[in-house]
Amino acid sequence: MINESRRGFMGKAFGAVAAVGAVGSLVAMKKSWDPLPSVMAAGFTTVDLSNFTANKLEIAKWQGKPIFILKFGADMPEVEKRSVKVGAHYYSVMIGLCTHLGCIPAYKDSEHTFKCACHGGEFNAAGVHTFGPPPRPLDIPPFSIKDENTIVLGEVGPEYTELIARLSTDTNIA
Amino acid sequence: MAEFEKANSVGEWFDQRLNTSGFWRVMMTEYWIPKNINFLWAMGALLAMLFTLLLVTGIFLLMYYKPDVNMAFDSVNYTIMQEVAYGWLFRNVHGVGASVVFLVIYIHMFTAIYYGSYKKGREMIWLSGMLLFVTFSAEGFSGYMLPWGQMSYWAAYVITEIFGGIPFIGDELVIWIRGNFYVADATLTRFFMLHVLLIPMAILGAIVFHFYTLRFPHVNNEEGEFFDYKEESEKYLAGKKAESKVIAFWPDFLSKDFMVISIFMIFFFYLVFYHNAFAMDPVNFDKADGMKTPAHIYPEWYFLWSYEVLRGFFFDIAGISGKSLGLMAFGFAQGIFMVLPWLDRSPMVKPANQRPIFKYWFWLLMADLFVLTIFGKLPPTGANAWVGFFSSITFLGLFIALPFLTKIEAKMVGGK
Repeated sequence: MINESRRGFMGKAFGAVAAVGAVGSLVAMKKSWDPLPSVMAAGFTTVDLSNFTANKLEIAKWQGKPIFILKFGADMPEVEKRSVKVGAHYYSVMIGLCTHLGCIPAYKDSEHTFKCACHGGEFNAAGVHTFGPPPRPLDIPPFSIKDENTIVLGEVGPEYTELIARLSTDTNIA
Repeated sequence: MAEFEKANSVGEWFDQRLNTSGFWRVMMTEYWIPKNINFLWAMGALLAMLFTLLLVTGIFLLMYYKPDVNMAFDSVNYTIMQEVAYGWLFRNVHGVGASVVFLVIYIHMFTAIYYGSYKKGREMIWLSGMLLFVTFSAEGFSGYMLPWGQMSYWAAYVITEIFGGIPFIGDELVIWIRGNFYVADATLTRFFMLHVLLIPMAILGAIVFHFYTLRFPHVNNEEGEFFDYKEESEKYLAGKKAESKVIAFWPDFLSKDFMVISIFMIFFFYLVFYHNAFAMDPVNFDKADGMKTPAHIYPEWYFLWSYEVLRGFFFDIAGISGKSLGLMAFGFAQGIFMVLPWLDRSPMVKPANQRPIFKYWFWLLMADLFVLTIFGKLPPTGANAWVGFFSSITFLGLFIALPFLTKIEAKMVGGK
């Protein structure tokens, strides 16, 4: 019997050591796949809006993602709800990746529409999905307004906080 | 230690130490295969051959390939394709082989479905085979990323994005898999590791396991006939080979496999030398650019059917978004073949053409997969989107209906 209980103890001791080792290894392995600190830190893009023309899509790059910035013209509908007022003009500021599976939609300026070639999704000029599989409007990146011609992507400014708060309460965004 | 006599030959020396003759007998000359089979039974050996070819060409490509976003594209398209002597050959064999291996996998798989080779004790053969299909798919996907062309990049983007559909953890999971907010250097190097080390090791293990699963239930035959292997093998060993229903794995069965492999290899190298374009998408000869989606993204041909199921649901139904429905249908399509042995409730092990209901189900499935594959390649606009939707619904419906249909069939044939 004494042998049995010794063996039992050794079994439990090994089990405990192996369990601690397994959990530790899994944590280390999981963490090794996390984005590196340098990736996390590289997060700000300054955009100068002074040369933008209405109804012509400009694409900035932030965190490796294309950011759509579209200046609204007088003839374009859907101005205030999802757009950002910088200086005297309204702009759509959106992450230019289809919310379906992340392709980059193309802007058809004659129709004021974004069309995604991958799975046929469509968005209006304000980024609201109007056709196809996209489940939600184009996402809005964090931004802050520096002066009447400059915004910084990746920085959370008061206008961004206000816009997000407004969109989360207003369900009738379309 | 046991007494060892002095060996009279090199063969005997090894036999004393490793029992090579016993091993050869168990694995080869007394491993029994039914006689009543056709060339479709050679697909397994063909797949082993193709995997070896991919492994060997992969080793040679590995010596010049650079897993770095700035160097990958040129290391493939300039260094390997133009500088390395016969580099183009290794790449073409690897690329064409990766495409053709799926063709043979599908033939192998649908042969098994047609002849009911997943039933009555052969469930583990089927499951280990499906495990190989899944690991080969992962191998194909990770390998497609490595040349770092536009299709590499956007296929990687779209497929990793699929994980974003998982509730609660989706967004974080996508960033974790990529190691960045987008498909970047970290993504390329980790998928390179998966492609050249982890997945090939898993495949090798799964192949050994797949062979082992065949040992006890034995290979199925053309008529789904069950017989006593012990009795039949005794007839064979007694010299009554014509009367016996079995043949030896070696030399009988494998010699015919080698014949099929020879014919196939001639066809294969014809493709490698003269018609390799189907495995070399022109869009992938543009370097990866995260700021520019190609006008039309599609996967390699062997993923088209499941890709079409994914995008078939392009509108919301009953408050569930089209995206979620597509993902659910895609998940269903990935998993459902696994449980086929339990969906088929008819105990009948016969080729499909002898089964009163299953034959319609089988050919309908073939036709539907064909339609899904064709429309998976076409742009999803207008009528195409609707064809995609209905063929996706048909796919789901076929598998949901299978248990009921086969239950009826079981009654019709009277529990035979």
